[in-house]
Amino acid sequence: MKELIKALVETYGPAGCEDKVRELIAAEVQGLASKVEVDALGNLIVMVRGKGGGRRIMLAAHMDEIGVVVSHVDQQGFLRFQPLGGVQARTLVGGRVRFASGLRGAIGAEEKGLGQGDMPRIDQLFIDVGARSKETCPVHVGDVACFDRDFVDLGDRLMAKAFDDRIGCAILVQAMKEMGETPHDVYMVFTVQEELGLRGAQTVAFGVEADLGIAIDVTRTGDTPEARTMAVALGNGPAIKVKDRGMLTHRGVREWMAGTAQAVGLPYQLEVLEAGTTDAMAMQTSKAGLPVGVLSVPTRNVHTPSEMVDYQDVMNSVRLLVELLRRPVSF
Amino acid sequence: MLIQQLVEADGISGHEGAVRQVLIGAVEGYADEYRIDALGNLIVVKRGRGGAAGPKSVMVSAHMDEVGLMVTYVERDGTIRFSPVGGIDPRVVLAKRVRIGDERIPGVIGVKPIHLLEQAERERVLRFDQMGIDTGMSADEVARRITPGTYVAFDTSFQVLDEGGLRTVKGKAFDDRAGCALLAELLKESYAFDLYAAFTVQEEVGLRGARVAAYAVNPDVAFALEGTVCDDSPKEKDVSPTTRLGAGPALTIMDRSVVCDRRLVRLLVEEAEGEGIPYQIKQPGIGGTDAGAIHIQRGGIPSAVVAVPCRYIHSPVSVMSLNDFDHAVRLMKGALHRLEGGLEA
Repeated sequence: MKELIKALVETYGPAGCEDKVRELIAAEVQGLASKVEVDALGNLIVMVRGKGGGRRIMLAAHMDEIGVVVSHVDQQGFLRFQPLGGVQARTLVGGRVRFASGLRGAIGAEEKGLGQGDMPRIDQLFIDVGARSKETCPVHVGDVACFDRDFVDLGDRLMAKAFDDRIGCAILVQAMKEMGETPHDVYMVFTVQEELGLRGAQTVAFGVEADLGIAIDVTRTGDTPEARTMAVALGNGPAIKVKDRGMLTHRGVREWMAGTAQAVGLPYQLEVLEAGTTDAMAMQTSKAGLPVGVLSVPTRNVHTPSEMVDYQDVMNSVRLLVELLRRPVSF
Repeated sequence: MLIQQLVEADGISGHEGAVRQVLIGAVEGYADEYRIDALGNLIVVKRGRGGAAGPKSVMVSAHMDEVGLMVTYVERDGTIRFSPVGGIDPRVVLAKRVRIGDERIPGVIGVKPIHLLEQAERERVLRFDQMGIDTGMSADEVARRITPGTYVAFDTSFQVLDEGGLRTVKGKAFDDRAGCALLAELLKESYAFDLYAAFTVQEEVGLRGARVAAYAVNPDVAFALEGTVCDDSPKEKDVSPTTRLGAGPALTIMDRSVVCDRRLVRLLVEEAEGEGIPYQIKQPGIGGTDAGAIHIQRGGIPSAVVAVPCRYIHSPVSVMSLNDFDHAVRLMKGALHRLEGGLEA
C-alpha cells in the first residue's frame, strides 16, 4: 500500500486544482466500481453496488491539500502569495513550493522590519522561482502551488506533505480493493475544496442522498514534546471521532464503529478534537440530515510539509472500514 | 443614466424595495417574466431562443443591497444611536450626511471638534456605539418620527467627475449597483439559453439572497457581477493592488468565498483577448461575493465573477470608471454568446 500512498501524496492537488489527484484515483479504482462520476465541482464519485438489504453509505475523503495562490508578481520577478486553506506562516520560510507545471520555488522572508526570532506574517513572505524580472517570470497572478516535499518511508512511520487527506484517499481506495461483497450501496466520494470550507462535500452530499456517512480524514495528536493535551497518539490505532468544532458524531455510528473494532480485535482510540472539522460536518446537515461519523488517522505536524502517520494505523483503518462495510449497520 | 437612478435609491440589506422598483422599471420592457421571491430577490427571466449546444439555463446575479446603518436607540435628547449593517470601517462615517428612513429625514453623524480632542482621543478610533446622529430636530420630533430598526443611508449624490479620460463617476453603493446596471444591460439581448437575472438581497450580511435564488433557479452555470475593491493608490512596497481603475473589468480566480470554475474563467479571458477588451485578474484571496453561495447550491453550480473596480467601497462615497463599466458589459455579453456553444472540459 506504500506505493499507492507515495503516488497520492506526491501528486499536485491544492484546493481547487485537484484534477491530477482525481485522474490518479480514477485509474486506481477502474474495474472495481459499478459507476464512476465527476460532478459539477469536480468531486469524484465511485459507486459500488451492494448485493441488497443494506444502507446507502457515503464515505468521503478529500483530494485537496493546502497550498498558496500567487497574488502579485513584482518588478524583480518575486511572487507574493495568499494562503490556500489553513497555512501557518511559521512553517514556510526556507520551504519550497511546486506549481502545476512542475516549476519549483523557494519561500523567503523580508528582512527589514523582522528581528531575529520574529514570526513573519504571510504578507512579509515571497516566493523566488529564479526569475530575473516580471516580464520573464513564468508564473502569473492566480497560479497555484502546493508545498514541495518527498514521501519518506521511515519503516513503521511515514512522512510526507498532504497526508491531509491523501491518506484518507489511499485508505478508501485500498478498502475498495479489499472489500469484496457488501450488502450496502457504497458511494466512495473523493471531494474537492475541503480545506476552503467543506465545499465539495456539501454539493456531493446533496447529490448522493446517502442515509449514513463517514468521513476519512486526519486528526492531530498529543504525543509530541510539550504538545497541547489530546488523548490521541500515533500507533494506537485508528481514531473514532466523538466530536470536533463542527460536528458531534451520531451515537449509533460511533458505537457501530467501536463495536466492530472490538468484535474483530482491532485497536482504536476515541477522538475529541478541539479545533477543526471534516467533510462529515457538511454531510450531516445536507438536505434533511443524516447520521455521520469520522474515521481519523492520527497525524503529527498537520498542515506542515512534513506530516507523519503510523503505517499500522493506516492499515488498521483499512481493515476497520472493510469490516464495517461487510456487515449490517448495527442501529 | 440607470446607474445614477440606482445609486440615488437607498437599499440597505433587508430593505431593497426602492432599488427593486427602479430595476423593474428598467427591465420590464426586455423581460419575458419576473417574480419576487420570499426573501425579496427580483428574478427576471429572458427565455432562450433555443438550440443551445451548451447550458440550458444561466443565472447571472447582482446584489441590490448596500451597506448602511440602522437606528438602535433614540436618546432622551434626540441623539440617535446606530449599528452598521454590513462591513463598514467606523473611521469613514464621522461627520458624514445621512438620510433616515423612507422619509429620508436628513441628519449628520456628529463629531467632536478638533479643539476639544485630547491627544489620546486623536489616536483612537471611535466605536459605532460611541457615535450619534444629529437630525437638528427637537427630541420630541425625533421620538415621534424615528424608531429603532429604521434604516439610515449615506446621503451622497451621483456626479460625473471627468467626462473624458477614464470617465470617472462618484456616488455611493457602486457595490453593487454597478453590477445591477450591468445585469440590466445584459437583458437587452437574447441568448440561446434561458437567462435568469437574479437581483439579490442581503449579500452584505452573508450572501443570503443569492443562496435561495440559486436553489430555486437551479441553473447549469452562474455568474456574479460585482463592484469590487480597488486600491490603486501608490504603495511603498511593490505589492499588489487588488484591482486598478481603468484597467478593465476584474476577473476572479479565487476569493474567500469561491474558487471560480476554470472553464468559465478561460472563456472570459478568451472573449476579452479575442475582442480586444481590457481585463485584469483580481488579486486572489480578497473578499467574497454571491458566487460563494451560488456555487455550492444543490449538486454544485460552476460559477465565475466579473467585477467593476470601485475605489473606496463600503464608505459613503466611491469612484468608478464608466470605461470599466462599458468594457464589463461588452465582456459579459460576448462571454454569454460564447457560452451558447458550450464549455470545453
